Amino acid sequence: MTLKPPKRTLKSRPITFASEIATQKLSEFWSGLEKGEVYASKCRKCGSICFPPVADCSRCLGSEQEWIKLDGKGEIETYTHIAIRPASFKEHEAYTVAVAKMKEGVRVLAWIADANPTEVKIGTKVKLVAKNPESGLTYAFTICN
Amino acid sequence: MTRVAIVGVGHSKFGDRRDVSLPELGFEASKPALLDANITPEDVEFLSVGIAGTWYEDFLPAVVVSEYLGLAGKGLMRCEAACATGSAAVATAYNMVKTGQCDVTMALGIEKMMGVDGPTMTEVIGRAGYYLWEFHNFGMTFPGYYALHATQHMKKYGTTEEQLAKVAVKNHKYGAMNPTAHFQRPITVDDALSSRVVAWPLKLYDCCPVSDGAAAVILASEEKAKTLTDSPVWVESIGISSDTASVSRRSDFLGLRATVKAAEKAFKMANVKPDMFDVADVHDCFTIAEILAYEDLGFCEKGKGGQLVEDGQTEIGGKIPVNVDGGLKAKGHPLGATGTSMIVGLTHQLRKEAGKSQAPIKNGLALAHNVGGTGHYCYVTILRS
Repeated sequence: MTLKPPKRTLKSRPITFASEIATQKLSEFWSGLEKGEVYASKCRKCGSICFPPVADCSRCLGSEQEWIKLDGKGEIETYTHIAIRPASFKEHEAYTVAVAKMKEGVRVLAWIADANPTEVKIGTKVKLVAKNPESGLTYAFTICN
Repeated sequence: MTRVAIVGVGHSKFGDRRDVSLPELGFEASKPALLDANITPEDVEFLSVGIAGTWYEDFLPAVVVSEYLGLAGKGLMRCEAACATGSAAVATAYNMVKTGQCDVTMALGIEKMMGVDGPTMTEVIGRAGYYLWEFHNFGMTFPGYYALHATQHMKKYGTTEEQLAKVAVKNHKYGAMNPTAHFQRPITVDDALSSRVVAWPLKLYDCCPVSDGAAAVILASEEKAKTLTDSPVWVESIGISSDTASVSRRSDFLGLRATVKAAEKAFKMANVKPDMFDVADVHDCFTIAEILAYEDLGFCEKGKGGQLVEDGQTEIGGKIPVNVDGGLKAKGHPLGATGTSMIVGLTHQLRKEAGKSQAPIKNGLALAHNVGGTGHYCYVTILRS
């Protein structure tokens, strides 16, 4: 670098906020996680199965959805081990994120729980499970042996 | 409709620019662009400002910049398309001329990122997908998204970490020849391979830096251009596409559909083919992204991008010189400025004033490929001398 650090700056007044995310229309999804189940949405009009679930169908514009419980069986299509983490994940150890294709045809992006990096490969069979830790409702893959 | 010419370009030094404020940085790009076009702020009828960041002390940074450039009172629009923000600004300024609303417009791409600490910037940029489904619980990062592509591409096509490293080595080689680049030193394959893992399989030297910078492009109608310059560079076409926010809604990670679609549109409008370009700037925010771009733009067959760089075909003297200004990798990636910077660099190439990194110009055709997010947006801009 040819440029030197700045000799003179001043800090702006700080702003902090956290967005409030509406989850009401997908209540069934979040309740499902509480019960230990992971749901996808299925459009009552055109039959599209969606994950992440939706309240409105972008294909046929229908707004009536039913909820289908995902069987949970899937296969890893790709993955990464994240070493450099965002500020709000600094308390976590490095984590592994995978995208798996589920039996129902949808793809899910999630962490592989307790991943041993050597066990994670493209094609590895995984099970998608609901999780309800103190930090909030979520879901994760576990490796099938 | 009129043809649209580039009649002036200007570029600030990219890098750690905490020595200047946002408007001062914009001035460093706009002044040389105005001088290049031999016009004054008075002659500019419309300004599009590409700024992607949400972290500024100003809520309306485009207005603050516009005032400083002497353009208060002119048509003004802030444009945003993630890392393709600069191209969105060019497209907007281009459309104002193309549709006959203005004779002279300016697109200014600008960003300051170095004032935000690393983990916070990783937090902000990591949200460049679908926050609720990818970040909230899973902490995706920007390198993480491209790592998903690298993992699948390596498995399917045998692309190697060494081939990724060769993209970095090539772009640093050319960055060292570019006085405006953030990094101006060559690196070796070993430097790249031994750098620390950021998001496996991507390592530090697979990633472009966070940078500050600005670049400006002045556009004019054909009639006006004739009065301003003897060496206009024509904007032949701009192809624009996009893709899903959620990457899990995409069928594979072997390329970027937005690139394929944007390129198809741009090639058709300009009536050109991928093998006709003399030089290209492609979006190498990560080394794998440059390899995907080779394939998605048709510079080589699908799956052969790693081989293309390994064979030196994307260097000067090769089949298609790519990122000979250093690319995002070495020149730096101030989000909003990257798209306009590509146009500045390629204009210098087509005018044959690129000095040590001049590519041979035979057909007088250049391509700029600017991706926003992980293929969330794509702009392909075709220039002709």
